[in-house]
Amino acid sequence: MRTRSVVLMLAALALSAAHVRAAEISVPKQVVAGKDLSVRTGGSGEATLILAGPSHVSRHQVRLGEQFMLKGEELRRAGRYIVVLEGGDASAAFFVTADAPSNVAFLAQPSRVPAARPDAVSGTAFVMDRYDNLVTAPTPVKFELAVPGTAAETRTTTSKDGVAWVRMPSGRREGPAQFTAAIGNVVATKRVVQQVATEPCNLRMRAKPSKNGILVETDPIRDCSGNAVPDGTIVTFTQVDGNGKSTVDARIKRGVARAELPPAERATISVASGVVVGNEIRWGGGR
Amino acid sequence: MKRVLPIVVIVLTVVFVAVGTMRMSQSRPNTPEGAVHSLFDHAKARDWAGAFRFVANSKDVNRSDFESELAGRNGSLRTYSSLDKVDTAVLHHNANEALVRTALSYSSAVGPLRDSRDLKVVREGAEWKVVWPVQRQPKVPPQVIPVNYLRWDVVARGENEDWGAQNVDAPKVRITSMNAVEKDGGTVIMGEIVNEDTVPGFVTVNASLVGTDGSVIGEETSFDKMSHTLLPKEISPFRIDFPGIQLKNVKSVRMQPNSMLVSASADPTIGVLHQQLVTDGAKKVLRGELINQSGQTVNIPHVLATYYDNNGKVIWVNDAYVDKALLPMTPQPFEIAVRQDVAPNVQSYRVTVNHYSIARPGQ
Repeated sequence: MRTRSVVLMLAALALSAAHVRAAEISVPKQVVAGKDLSVRTGGSGEATLILAGPSHVSRHQVRLGEQFMLKGEELRRAGRYIVVLEGGDASAAFFVTADAPSNVAFLAQPSRVPAARPDAVSGTAFVMDRYDNLVTAPTPVKFELAVPGTAAETRTTTSKDGVAWVRMPSGRREGPAQFTAAIGNVVATKRVVQQVATEPCNLRMRAKPSKNGILVETDPIRDCSGNAVPDGTIVTFTQVDGNGKSTVDARIKRGVARAELPPAERATISVASGVVVGNEIRWGGGR
Repeated sequence: MKRVLPIVVIVLTVVFVAVGTMRMSQSRPNTPEGAVHSLFDHAKARDWAGAFRFVANSKDVNRSDFESELAGRNGSLRTYSSLDKVDTAVLHHNANEALVRTALSYSSAVGPLRDSRDLKVVREGAEWKVVWPVQRQPKVPPQVIPVNYLRWDVVARGENEDWGAQNVDAPKVRITSMNAVEKDGGTVIMGEIVNEDTVPGFVTVNASLVGTDGSVIGEETSFDKMSHTLLPKEISPFRIDFPGIQLKNVKSVRMQPNSMLVSASADPTIGVLHQQLVTDGAKKVLRGELINQSGQTVNIPHVLATYYDNNGKVIWVNDAYVDKALLPMTPQPFEIAVRQDVAPNVQSYRVTVNHYSIARPGQ
């Protein structure tokens, strides 16, 4: 009795193996990400189909000889996939390609840039589909840089292997410039590049007597494009008189820097900010 | 035997305590130097009442002023230091009075702090006492000083930002000058660095010395010979010492300025007034006054001096800590000794002030 059961089981296995050996599988060579895929199988009986992709592996029971649909949600990641019928040597490979461009990953550098500098801002756009696959097909990407209220600087570049990049000059006006990369009229990724004033231009001060000495105060400090140099910037006032040298590192507040220097009959007072030197005042005497 | 050891220890303890007490309580010093030593011995032990007993003009000297003169106040560096050594030399002496030059050395976390003063000592009966120089502690009248100071806060990139979202960049800094010299058998790298950006930064300078065979023979980072927090357009000197490495063995120097965006406050503003390079005995010193132009007490001022030759090249950088706090609008003198070999070549100089403050409420 036992011997007969073993013989029957072996026969069934042999029959099953014969079926699988006879199985065939065919798929299209290419499919767009997220779309359903029809898998054709040959042979008869049931088998397990294994799908292996770049980021996904799954098993499905299929009836051989019938068409099987792989759902698009299993094919979202672009790349090479393999389908294998378990226990047999029937297998096929296909590629999932990116869907239409629908998103841009955008890198902007730097986050802060002096105004009116050529090629100071760089933008790199990675064209993606809705499943974040890199779209390698050439795609025009429109870059736009502008401080609100000013004319935008625009460049259009066609992506190569999914990447488009551009170098642009910073605008003349200070402020948070909106830097965008867009595909068509639909997608735009926004970054902010802070355009800041450059070195002070035509740094000038005036002096007048005060209660405790000499009060020195600059005119509103601007760069050569007319942007106000930011508050907090150091402005150094230096007074040289008979008692030696006195210096005060004043901070710009509300656009001007002021300081009180010690009283002196005669003195030479100068002003500087960073490496920029301003005017000089001869105090007393021949004033 | 078991009892002998404890007894010996007890006896020795009693003897040491007695000797110490006798020295401390040398209640009737019979020499001018003895009076000065007695006063400062008590000060060293923080026995202010005991020290005050050796003050001749105790009616004119405010006891709390005397104490804070020796112990420090307002969170100054003196409050974190302790009197280590007292050296005296009699400059002038007669039967009733004497002048004693007293060199005090305090130990502190930033190295020894030295203070020298000429003390008048007078005989009062059988003993000598010190005429303590009357120095009224400056008192800032109660007032409100409006300070619309600036402050930069940094909001960094968040966790939930998409991967392409950029962070805020570190400030751009630039080394504007650099000079390498040999001093005391070692190589010294010095120069100046400027924050060219519009935001404050925490700045360090690294230097690597490359030897004649192309290998790195020394690597150091600027420590306290520079201002590390630089506001926009602020210039700081830096000095990096490589003791034991001779300049002739150095083929080249690699400089690496580093900066990091930090939150910072634009205050306080400290003026450096009446800076003068003067001769004090055989040495040259740079003297001046610091004035705190804001309403916040600066606990520990740190003075940095940059010296230039007639070509505008940085030829030396040194520093000094002021052991008194800077009260608002109250001048405080400072002094920095200039190296003897550098002084003859100094054409101009620049003094900047670093400051360390106990944070004000709300900061």
